[in-house]
Amino acid sequence: MGVPVSQDNSGPAILVEGLTKSFGDVQALRGIDLAVPRGTVLGVLGPNGAGKTTAVRILTTLLLPDKGRALVDGRDVVRQAAAVRRSIGLSGQSAAIQEELTGRENLELIGRLYHLSKPESRSRAAQLLEQFDLVDAAGRPAKTYSGGMQRRLDLAASLVGRPQVLFLDEPTTGLDPRSRLGMWDIIRSLVEGGTTLLLTTQYLDEADELADEIVVIDHGLVIAAGTAEELKSRVGGDVLEFTVPDRNRLSDAVTAVASVGEGEPHADKETGVVNVGVGGRGSDALIDGVRALDAAGVQTHGLALRRPSLDDVFLALTGHAAEEEELNGKRRSRRSKRDETKATS
Amino acid sequence: MTTATAPVISLPDEPGLLTRFRWAVSDTLVLARRNLLVWARVPAYLVFTVIQPVMFVLMFRYVFGGAINVPGGNYVDFLMPGIIGQTAAFASFATAIALAQELKKGVIDRLRSMPMARSAVLTGRLLADTGRMLVTILIIVAVGYAVGFRFSNGVIPAILMVVLATVFGLAICLIAAFTGLAIGDEESVQAFGLIWLFPITFLSSAFVPISSMPGWLQAFANNQPVTYVINTMRALAIGGPIEANLWKSIAWLAGILIVFVPLAVRAYKRAS
Repeated sequence: MGVPVSQDNSGPAILVEGLTKSFGDVQALRGIDLAVPRGTVLGVLGPNGAGKTTAVRILTTLLLPDKGRALVDGRDVVRQAAAVRRSIGLSGQSAAIQEELTGRENLELIGRLYHLSKPESRSRAAQLLEQFDLVDAAGRPAKTYSGGMQRRLDLAASLVGRPQVLFLDEPTTGLDPRSRLGMWDIIRSLVEGGTTLLLTTQYLDEADELADEIVVIDHGLVIAAGTAEELKSRVGGDVLEFTVPDRNRLSDAVTAVASVGEGEPHADKETGVVNVGVGGRGSDALIDGVRALDAAGVQTHGLALRRPSLDDVFLALTGHAAEEEELNGKRRSRRSKRDETKATS
Repeated sequence: MTTATAPVISLPDEPGLLTRFRWAVSDTLVLARRNLLVWARVPAYLVFTVIQPVMFVLMFRYVFGGAINVPGGNYVDFLMPGIIGQTAAFASFATAIALAQELKKGVIDRLRSMPMARSAVLTGRLLADTGRMLVTILIIVAVGYAVGFRFSNGVIPAILMVVLATVFGLAICLIAAFTGLAIGDEESVQAFGLIWLFPITFLSSAFVPISSMPGWLQAFANNQPVTYVINTMRALAIGGPIEANLWKSIAWLAGILIVFVPLAVRAYKRAS
């Protein structure tokens, strides 16, 4: 190979080339490439089962890849796994804390396992409890914590070793909206400290909010990459969106606005929401849309022109919405419903 | 870590063998201490490891004991080594359940992504479980003394009996560690434990003389490891022939270790 695998501090914090991983017949990763410059945040976006967690598990040395190469902080995750472990922090999908122990005990324990001395572990724990606003709860067993507090404690635990590269696997899944915003603030402040962050999420607003660069993963492949703005521009400008209260008129609405948009309109049969990309035509498209719908006699609610969200991006890239479960049957049924709608339009 | 194709410049913070060994020991102790702390804080664990065996002692001593005839006629002396052996074996439930829980909650993932000794999750668990088992055994011995049991074969054999019970329990814990990691779901693990531990401990010489069982059952009960271990323990506690059972016990325990150490380690490495 001739590729030096020693530590290289000038290169990207994370470099992934042609990574594949299968579990039996299921191809979780089908050749992924990533490069995350130091001190930046990469948002890995994809629905459940897209391969996000598999990628994180390989990068954090928990899983061996089938093929390809991955360097974290300049070290090979397979051949220099022990060195990689000294550079990383991982906070997974569930709070990996010992619920019977107090917040302070949890953090001190992790400190001891990083081979800090007892006084060092104690002061590091105190620091993190302060930073994560857990001082008042520090002496209580973690099982008495709210979900948000447990996640914060878990995140604090992943920082005990002062990692160069931090992996957060769906850090806000299952949190209420307020805890979620609090988590975002914490993550932002971490990144200001210069930590490189790889964040996986199913939430498009989360990637938009936190990430410098976003890669979209679906079925084990990177299907798009870029900044949030670049991805949004892939949708092709603004989106005209409205709701059709009478589901029977949905296909009429789609037909009506088909000529207004630049792309094909998407209609959701369950919610009655129709959206169509209108490019740079902005308010002209809005007026045309209103006229077309009026002429077709379709009643609508909340007709408006908006900037595209990453939801639109996902829809445009994959043909299915990002929140869908990886339950194949469910996806198929939803997709076929959408196709039906299209077919009738 | 070095490969022929890629020269690895050794990192300044790459620990030497000695340091790694020291870490393995200290990580084991840190995790063992954590496990004991957790155990002491969950009332249910205390009930299962202390109160349940004490109830067994009292029940067999005073409820069933009267109906069971044993050679020599003193049932409590017959019973106690059996109860202690069973208690040691049942300690493994906690091992399996704890590992399955840690696996599910991602605790093991977190620990495996850290620069600690990977072996420590297993060794720390088994060390804590051994300590816990010893505490339980000593409590049961004390309860046994209160209801009339006496070691009548000397102090050293009595200590050896406790040691044998502990090693036996450890071997069962190892099997449980493997099942806990391989199954990875606490309820299934618990059910699985019941399915094999109940028969193997009750269909042995632990509670009744095997001669009181029907012939087909005797064939099983006479030739299974729990019987060998309990018979050895009983001989150590109250005297009697020991040799044949001792060697068979050692052979079985060694066999279990040889098979299940690598299996448990492999299950741990693959755990996800």
